[in-house]
Amino acid sequence: MARSVTPRRKLIYTVAAWSVALLIFFPVLWTILTSFKTEASAVASPPQLFTADWTLENYAEVWNRSDYQRFFWNSVVISVGSTALGLLIAIPAAWSMAFVPGNKTKDLLMWMLSTKMMPAAAVLIPMYLIFQRTGLFDTRVGLVLALMLMNLPVIVWMLYTYFKEIPGEILEAARMDGASLKNEILYILTPMAVPGIASTMLLNVILAWNESFWTITLTTVDAAPLSAFIASFSAPQGLFYAKLSAASTMAIAPILIMGWFSQKQLVRGLTFGAVK
Amino acid sequence: MGKITLRNVSKKFGEVAVIPSLNLDIEDGEFVVFVGPSGCGKSTLLRLIAGLEDTSGGVISIDGVDATATPPAKRGLAMVFQSYALYPHMSVRKNIAFPLKMAGMSPADIDRKVDGAARVLNLTSYLDRKPGQLSGGQRQRVAIGRAIVREPSAFLFDEPLSNLDAALRGNMRLEITELHQSLKTTMIYVTHDQVEAMTMADKIVVLQAGHIEQVGSPLDLYHHPANVFVAGFIGSPRMNLVEGADAAALGAKTIGVRPEHVEISMASGKWKGRVSVTERLGSDTFLHVAVDGLASMTVRAGGDVMANHGDTIYLTPMADKIHRFGADGVAL
Repeated sequence: MARSVTPRRKLIYTVAAWSVALLIFFPVLWTILTSFKTEASAVASPPQLFTADWTLENYAEVWNRSDYQRFFWNSVVISVGSTALGLLIAIPAAWSMAFVPGNKTKDLLMWMLSTKMMPAAAVLIPMYLIFQRTGLFDTRVGLVLALMLMNLPVIVWMLYTYFKEIPGEILEAARMDGASLKNEILYILTPMAVPGIASTMLLNVILAWNESFWTITLTTVDAAPLSAFIASFSAPQGLFYAKLSAASTMAIAPILIMGWFSQKQLVRGLTFGAVK
Repeated sequence: MGKITLRNVSKKFGEVAVIPSLNLDIEDGEFVVFVGPSGCGKSTLLRLIAGLEDTSGGVISIDGVDATATPPAKRGLAMVFQSYALYPHMSVRKNIAFPLKMAGMSPADIDRKVDGAARVLNLTSYLDRKPGQLSGGQRQRVAIGRAIVREPSAFLFDEPLSNLDAALRGNMRLEITELHQSLKTTMIYVTHDQVEAMTMADKIVVLQAGHIEQVGSPLDLYHHPANVFVAGFIGSPRMNLVEGADAAALGAKTIGVRPEHVEISMASGKWKGRVSVTERLGSDTFLHVAVDGLASMTVRAGGDVMANHGDTIYLTPMADKIHRFGADGVAL
């Protein structure tokens, strides 16, 4: 039975939903607004949300003072690279877990997920030393590997959940229809799993793009992505809020735009399987 | 050709023997129905024949060739699933064409065959639709179309009508029977619905707990059930089974009498009882009678019988229609 909602209740829900959304978005909004202020009005006390003297000067200075393109390119390589490599490993893994599970498959999945519960700082020293000794420190390859490993449990879990939704009888029908394993994957499974693979890919690009702990710790100059680019504006001359905000806005803008355009796909991927 | 032979075929899932050991011969062109209650192993048996499950022992031969280790794709069989198992991202045309494409047939031949199958199954105007845009009956027809274009040596049906409503089920039952009569290909059909089994089969295989209880023609099973289980399972409404003094008087542990073989009288008879429920179907009336000292009995009477809830009536089994079963349940 449909639940009836009175207009008054609907209004309360709407206001509450917008309030929560605004609360979550407020720091981002503040950052974006601050990036268009002068340094003086950025630190004005009491703080002002809006100012009279809007400026683009911060962007110009950030652009001139640092090599934005290099940071940007590093971010693209690291997030796309780690996602692609992760998918390459996770697709066959999730496939076998979903369609030919063993006695320990569930335990294995839980164990993979449990590694995500460990604080990253716990493995900071071993990771740092390994990266230094193997020559992976401050390389894009190193970061691709680190972020891929970090996100692999999430990728496997998402794909596993998605593949589990594909009815086994359809695969059996393909087998009865004479499809080899290769054709079964090519013509039946992959087309049916494309939305799931796409949303997993999107989410992981976003996770990798936003990651800052490892990307700042394991890089200095050559492989530093946009997270390091933001951090570089907080030292050592002091904090310049307006410039820092401009740098932050430039760092989050690409992923924000991508997220905006793919939100439908993302929500579908994240809630898949929740409702049959 | 489509002769299928099972010799000592068994299937275990872990320690559980779903099918202990079983022998069966299916002749070329036969319509064989596997019937039995849920969990009796009928679907597992079909999947073993299809090759979707590996046997734990025994030999499955198709046309005299040992196919036990042959993968499903190479057995030359086609299967129609309970859930239809259509490819949701492909149009009806592509669904039906898929097995032909896998067989490496030329596009022109594929088109010709798909159009032919679509004509037979009344699907011509739906060829460009996706399965999601079809009704249950149409989807089932596409699944059948996908099976017939391959010209398999045998068709396997796994409860294909159980997702359809009653009226459509009746129609599809006829269509599948007609299809069998025109193709004359071996068909193996799994169902738990004994009406489907009775109306469609040349030969019924009654299964219980992985064992074959009886194999025979529908009327053979109806008139000469081999044991109490088959007697109770085949026939609708089910046979009345009576134990105790009445059975002992006839030298049996259990006696059985079908609802249509019980005479009713308002004045006198062998068993006295009270009508608990009257189900009027128009042509027939089913009377459920609580008989004194026995369980409830079902009687098939004429459409206009004047017996209603609470009436006292007398029942008498027709002497020459009584089935007798020994202590081991086997017919005497």
